[in-house]
Amino acid sequence: MGRRSVDPASVKSLAELRTRRATHPNLILWLTVGWVGYCILPWYGIEDGFFSFGWLFDGYPLDEDYAPAAILIASGEKPWLAPLLLALAAPLAVLRRHKTDAAYSLTLMATGALGLIWLAAQGFGIGIRGYSFDWLNLLFGELGDRQFGMGMGGLLVAASLLFTLTHGIAARGAVNGDVFVVGAIGGVVAIVAAFVFFPIGKMLSSAFVAEGGGYSAVVFASKFFDDRLWGFGCLTGGRCGAAWNSLFLAVLIGSLTTVIGLVFALAVTRTGFRHKKLLRALTVLPIITPPFVIGLALILLFGLSGSVTVFVSDLLGTQPTRWLYGLPGIAIAQTLAYTPIAFLVLIGVVEGVSPSMEEAAQTLRASKWHTFRTVSLPLMRPGIANAFLLGFIESMADFGNPLVLGGNYDVLSTEIFFAIVGAQYDQGRAAVLAMVLLFFTLSAFYAQRRFLGRKSYTTIAGKGDAGIHPLLPRGLSIAILSIAGFWAVFTAIVYGMIVYGSFVELWGVNNTMTFKHYVTAFSVKFNESGIRWTGAAWDSFWTTIKIATIAAPLTAVVGLITAYLLTRQTFPGKNSFEFGTMLSFAIPGTVIGISYILAFNVPPIEITGTGVILVVSFVFRNMPVGVRAGIASMTQIDRSLDESSLTLGANSWNTFRKIVLPLLRPAILAALVFSFVRAMTAISAVIFLVSAEYDMATSYIIGRVENNDYGLAIAYATALIAVMLTAVGVFQALVGRVRIGRRTDFVPGR
Amino acid sequence: MVQAGIAGKAAPVSLKDVTKTFAGGVVAVDNVNLDIDTAKLVTLLGPSGCGKTTTLRLIAGLERPTSGRVLIGDSDVTNLPATDRDVAMVFQSYALFPHMTVAENVSYGLTFSGYGKSEIRERARAGLDLVGLRGFETRLPSELSGGQQQRVAVARALVLEPQVLLFDEPLSNLDAKLRRQVRDDIRAIQRDLKLTVIYVTHDQEEALAVSDEIVVMRNAAVAQTGTPRELYDAPVDSFVADFIGEANLLPCVIEHVYDGLAAVTVDGYGYDLPARGLSPGSATLAVRPSRIVLDADVGFEAEVSKATYVGVRMEYTINASFGAIFAVHDDVQAPLSVGQRLKVAFASSGPVLIPKE
Ligand SMILES: Nc1ncnc2c1ncn2[C@@H]1O[C@H](COP(=O)(O)OP(=O)(O)OP(=O)(O)O)[C@@H](O)[C@H]1O
Ligand SMILES: [Mg+2]
Repeated sequence: MGRRSVDPASVKSLAELRTRRATHPNLILWLTVGWVGYCILPWYGIEDGFFSFGWLFDGYPLDEDYAPAAILIASGEKPWLAPLLLALAAPLAVLRRHKTDAAYSLTLMATGALGLIWLAAQGFGIGIRGYSFDWLNLLFGELGDRQFGMGMGGLLVAASLLFTLTHGIAARGAVNGDVFVVGAIGGVVAIVAAFVFFPIGKMLSSAFVAEGGGYSAVVFASKFFDDRLWGFGCLTGGRCGAAWNSLFLAVLIGSLTTVIGLVFALAVTRTGFRHKKLLRALTVLPIITPPFVIGLALILLFGLSGSVTVFVSDLLGTQPTRWLYGLPGIAIAQTLAYTPIAFLVLIGVVEGVSPSMEEAAQTLRASKWHTFRTVSLPLMRPGIANAFLLGFIESMADFGNPLVLGGNYDVLSTEIFFAIVGAQYDQGRAAVLAMVLLFFTLSAFYAQRRFLGRKSYTTIAGKGDAGIHPLLPRGLSIAILSIAGFWAVFTAIVYGMIVYGSFVELWGVNNTMTFKHYVTAFSVKFNESGIRWTGAAWDSFWTTIKIATIAAPLTAVVGLITAYLLTRQTFPGKNSFEFGTMLSFAIPGTVIGISYILAFNVPPIEITGTGVILVVSFVFRNMPVGVRAGIASMTQIDRSLDESSLTLGANSWNTFRKIVLPLLRPAILAALVFSFVRAMTAISAVIFLVSAEYDMATSYIIGRVENNDYGLAIAYATALIAVMLTAVGVFQALVGRVRIGRRTDFVPGR
Repeated sequence: MVQAGIAGKAAPVSLKDVTKTFAGGVVAVDNVNLDIDTAKLVTLLGPSGCGKTTTLRLIAGLERPTSGRVLIGDSDVTNLPATDRDVAMVFQSYALFPHMTVAENVSYGLTFSGYGKSEIRERARAGLDLVGLRGFETRLPSELSGGQQQRVAVARALVLEPQVLLFDEPLSNLDAKLRRQVRDDIRAIQRDLKLTVIYVTHDQEEALAVSDEIVVMRNAAVAQTGTPRELYDAPVDSFVADFIGEANLLPCVIEHVYDGLAAVTVDGYGYDLPARGLSPGSATLAVRPSRIVLDADVGFEAEVSKATYVGVRMEYTINASFGAIFAVHDDVQAPLSVGQRLKVAFASSGPVLIPKE
């Protein structure tokens, strides 16, 4: 700011001092990071993993595999890395300049952008077989050299260039010149582009790739108009296409889970039912259960040698049938698995309907039934739409239950899997199937938005809502309680089966009790060299814990920063930003899985088969949940809290750290727990991404199931459930509670 | 008031042709010009939705003007974010951080101001002393009464010794008695520390009581600026006349103007008063209820239609040929009776001529 006054005494104000200083500590930090990445850390990815640190004693820094970029250049290798040096050096020249200086912002923007472009260009242009594109060979001749995926060095340089760019943009005055906000936006955009848009785009394009390379619409069409995808055979007694099967199943599951979820929510909030806590616990249990485990329990109950089947056929003297395998089995299993999700969505909405609205309706002479139908139910519309959408997408993406129970009922998610891992290995077909799947879920997503429109359903008023929810009319109340009761008992039996099944020698054949499965899975031996984890499950178990523990906080961080940007900042392109970050929510795990292996098994990002790809996939699969949790609680915190922090001289980073974050603890907890649990129970994306070295619990269990080793599978799943219960408790203790008194009002809105 | 170590660094504030248009085309502030002097308490007064809060937020840096410039001291801060402006604001909702104690709340801004730990503690204590809340340091905001919370919010802003201190309807959550007390406290602190304070309210009595100067706003624009007396005695138009202490707006005719003095007639009753630049023709006469003389010897004809006893005085509604007039009278011993016909005149000073709408 050009202050024209010359009187030095009057220039004492702190604001003045703040804007005068021309040091840019944050920029210096990121430049340092870049230089460290370039000169000290290994540029390329290391096979044993960076954090094994084996490379330190294996020829570093001179060995070509472990050398930092600077040393590679110095020894005449990989000359295409040299221009990056320029991009890292140029910002140093303007460090002393003030941020309002045009030279400062232009230099940072130019070097950051050009550096990133060059980094991407060399990464995509030069791969493990020299030039990646034929036209490059034609242009420059054979390269005679090659490179692998980027490693820690490359990553740090990329980050440094990105934030140099955002510093430049901020200095130009974007978002009021706020370095933190512009940097956060840049960071989120970059990772979403790299880990959502890039792989999805790559997967979609591979649907057009013909046998010998090259693109072809004919190939796409032949795969797309396949009878196995769109056939109507089932109407005439044959088999229908997987696309119709998936769609029908998803609509069915979406509706069923929504209805039952609503029944539960109403039972808990609007009836005189006394054991509400119990009901809540029962419904939340399936969330910490790997989804296909329910399918297993169903087999134990209703399968060919299931207890109920055997009992009934003995009673009636009929032959046991395989009725469970196919649509009925999948539908029951998915309904059991996803109803709790619908319940959780709906309970918030049902409780959120302001009692004063309902009381007002009643004072206007509406009967209880009228009130429910004309006021309460319409106000729950957003919750119902959300719950349906969730059920729809979960069902579309579910992989475990159809695999275990599917029989002849083909669905897209399993078809994708078999296209990739089966004998046919047909990447193009998998991509086409994924496209169809993606089309369905995105359409549902879009339809939901259209349905809700821009109407506001917010009913939480600023002032504390005294008043109580009216009870449901008696008849409805009884109906709801009996449905809920039946369902709860059913769920309890299924879970009982799971625990019981884990102790049975061989289900249906030899029902003696045994610890055998636990011993096989989790035995430990003590000898002179310490503990030896001899159980078959330990490997995948520790991997799962490790990956879930790394992924959970990352998910929470990315999700909450995104939520902060969406609720508290305005910037150009915010709508597309929101869409981009929410997109991965509508992308089924199976699609994420296949696109990740397609996109990340070649440089520049070569992480297939490592733990990193698992962590990354979990972060982006679960990020939307973090975002939603964050948005929900941030809108509850009055904006004037942030604003007063800003007027008190805190910058947006300090405001985020000291005001928003502490008040967000419940959201943080939710995001942490959810992403941890999902990382431990997820299967749809994981099944594509695991490797011999990084096997996850769920894929290990599925493997056991495929070998008909049900006992071990169920024992392992039971152990997982116990671990997750513990983990939820630990997280709760770690995050702690926000210390705020009762009377404080988080006045929403102004 | 103890003046323990907190001093003002007051600076003047100017808005130059400031316009703020929100997305969707709502013009919340329309070409506003303001010059606020150092160490003055200026109120922004106006009906709901007229742009007071937006004006304040523009000064605080929480909004950017669509066009125009904002100056604090003699530097142009138009593009400076709130963080970097030397302005503190007391929010209507107080915006105390619920997860921090009173002491932590008050020290919050100081930690970003480059003070040492012990100095922060000193200053925070001095701030709490100033608002009479010593000993409350370890409480949480939720453990304070509304008035105490309000004072913490004031202390939190004061300790930063800002160039400008902004209040957005700071008293609207308090009951009538507390409101009077806190308002006097704020005024006393402002005088003692010689602070530049901009104060938003829509309570005209509050504005008249505390301000050095009042800015009346209407429809996103400034209607009039002046000292309380000026606004009361010489409103520029009927909106201001009516908004600042009720006024009867009577139709009148200016017969002739001579030497700055206008001779007007109201329903045949002649009266002389300063012309304020108006020329002969029809105009409006603003007369405060207390300036109406009832049962005079000369005046226009009217009839008492309603008489209300409110303790210290009588309130009358009187029907004249051109409409109803509201009048008050101190004589409660011998009230006029409803239906009584009488002549109505004006006191020798008080009525003001304003242009006809
Ligand atoms: N963020 C916004 N987007 C669109 N319009 C807005 C926004 N904020 C305020 N307005 C509009 O600008 C106008 C002025 O609002 P402002 O809050 O300044 O009024 P105010 O004078 O403070 O009113 P009150 O006395 O009721 O607080 C109003 O018409 C309001 O609807
Ligand atoms: Mg306001």
